[in-house]
Amino acid sequence: MNILVCISSVPDTTSKINFTENNTKFDANGIQFVINPYDEFGLTKAMMLKESTGGKVTIITVGDTTVEAVMRKALAIGADQAVRVNMNATDSFSTATEISNYITQNSFDLIIAGRESTDYNGGAVGGMIAEMTDLPFVNACIGLEVEGESAKLIREIDGGKEMISSSLPMVIGGQKGLVQESELRIPNMRGIMQSRTKPLQVIEPSSNTKNTSSVNFENPEAKGSCRMVDASNVSELVDLLHNEAKII
Amino acid sequence: MSVLVYTESWNGIFRKSSFETVSYASETAKVLGTDVIAVSLEDVSDDELNKLGNYGATKVISVPNINKGDSQSAAKVFLDLSSDSSVIICSNTYTSKMIAPRLSVKMGAALLTNVISVSEGSDIQIKRKSFSTKAIETAKSNTEKTILCIAPNSFGLIETGGSCTIEKIDFSESGSLSFDGQETASGKISISEAEIVVSGGRGLKGPENWGMIEELADVLGAATACSKPVSDIGWRPHSEHVGQTGITVTSDLYIAIGISGAIQHLAGVNSSKVMVVINTDPEAPFFKAADYGIVGDAFEVVPHLIEEIKKLKN
Ligand SMILES: Cc1cc2nc3c(=O)[nH]c(=O)nc-3n(C[C@H](O)[C@H](O)[C@H](O)COP(=O)(O)OP(=O)(O)OC[C@H]3O[C@@H](n4cnc5c(N)ncnc54)[C@H](O)[C@@H]3O)c2cc1C
Repeated sequence: MNILVCISSVPDTTSKINFTENNTKFDANGIQFVINPYDEFGLTKAMMLKESTGGKVTIITVGDTTVEAVMRKALAIGADQAVRVNMNATDSFSTATEISNYITQNSFDLIIAGRESTDYNGGAVGGMIAEMTDLPFVNACIGLEVEGESAKLIREIDGGKEMISSSLPMVIGGQKGLVQESELRIPNMRGIMQSRTKPLQVIEPSSNTKNTSSVNFENPEAKGSCRMVDASNVSELVDLLHNEAKII
Repeated sequence: MSVLVYTESWNGIFRKSSFETVSYASETAKVLGTDVIAVSLEDVSDDELNKLGNYGATKVISVPNINKGDSQSAAKVFLDLSSDSSVIICSNTYTSKMIAPRLSVKMGAALLTNVISVSEGSDIQIKRKSFSTKAIETAKSNTEKTILCIAPNSFGLIETGGSCTIEKIDFSESGSLSFDGQETASGKISISEAEIVVSGGRGLKGPENWGMIEELADVLGAATACSKPVSDIGWRPHSEHVGQTGITVTSDLYIAIGISGAIQHLAGVNSSKVMVVINTDPEAPFFKAADYGIVGDAFEVVPHLIEEIKKLKN
């Protein structure tokens, strides 16, 4: 199977998020970047599928040179080759356009994106790629089995799950459940050594037409101080929630 | 130039988020000086469809023979109906986020998701949650048409007392996916829409101790949730995992029991309006983010809390 995994490079989940240039730009100063947590599940799933059916795993990231560290990590985990589209990914449409161009010029049996990326939380790239390449799409995918030319999938729906069958090729938006947390692969020494010599191709963007733009950012208002209630006086909490917060 | 709004239904029933999108659409329509047309997919009764009028829809277009998870067909339906509309609105649900990206490509329309405010002018500019609720972004559309996905529980309901007409449309095409059935926990309140969420963490020691969490949720009419490690070790289903890498909670009240308040947990829950924390450790980081706190053992505090709430409700 020829699999493409879309990898987004995002701030480590423990990062404090700040902005610069009059709050118009994310401040990457001192930030550690990681593989988008949703994409980690897709990458491990791709490795497992490759091991059972043969084939190749390619990763693609839209971003400037700073995303290459995260791409090397994905190669160390086991992807065979990497492609970077040399453009800042600040809009879902332009990001999806570039990835779709790559898909059309090459041929894949399965394209795995994440349900969303934890930085801009657009959650739209996978669906847009599916439309641009005219392929079926299942989002919030928590189960995938491939049988020859077709796939059995499970998608999360509010309060439950839905079972779906599809022909391949197709696009999925992955998350936890695609593989279990305990199955997630991490790079080992051999993988890290090999990743240095695996191909990382850089291609230039075709258009960079952005449908949306960022105006500025703000941090949510900080909470006031916490009102402490004694453990022996639970009725006071209920009273506060009822009469002060007026919420129960 | 009507504002078009997708009102999602679940087994023929609208949820609060469906009505919320109509209220949001009405406010947007006021700004644009136009009216609201609601679009409903799958089979929904006229009685249920009529409820949309009360939130400002003047007309409802019902497309019964379509599976909402068939995003290829759903996007076609919306493309056909939207030729005259510059703004299309839906909720930020899993299903909408399969349809909206496709539609945005078909229409050449900008797509903005996770939206929490109404645009003040006809050049669409809104606030949206980003960086897993660690930041609020003001973003704008660069195209003539725009699709907005509204974060549930972020806008509120506005009843107008109005009524609507209903038009039924036949749509016989279907896309390439085949749907093999659903499994849903019946009677469960969905976390992303719940007004109150009761959430348990590793401090509860084991799955056998969730009885009191469920009972507390029950007396409050709340949804149950959990921290990530709790779902990772299988004490609770994945569908209850909240936080940065799980479901985002935007409830009016979030009660965290035996949860330390790691930054990844807080990122997904701190847009709740009021947060209550119950934890044995006075140094637990969660207290810094909370509105009300009790330092104490959950196994003693929670049963008391259930009793007191029962008293109040009687
Ligand atoms: C990439 C990444 C993504 C993550 N995403 C998420 C996410 O989306 N959601 C999430 O929740 N976590 C997430 N985490 C994990 C997060 O860092 C924490 O490890 C996790 O939230 C801790 O869960 P907890 O609070 O249940 O457990 P713990 O941190 O173990 O806390 C248990 C708490 O219970 C208290 N306690 C113990 N006994 C009692 C008692 N009898 N009564 C009352 N209190 C008691 C303790 O004082 C402690 O504060 C993520 C981590 C990473 C690395």
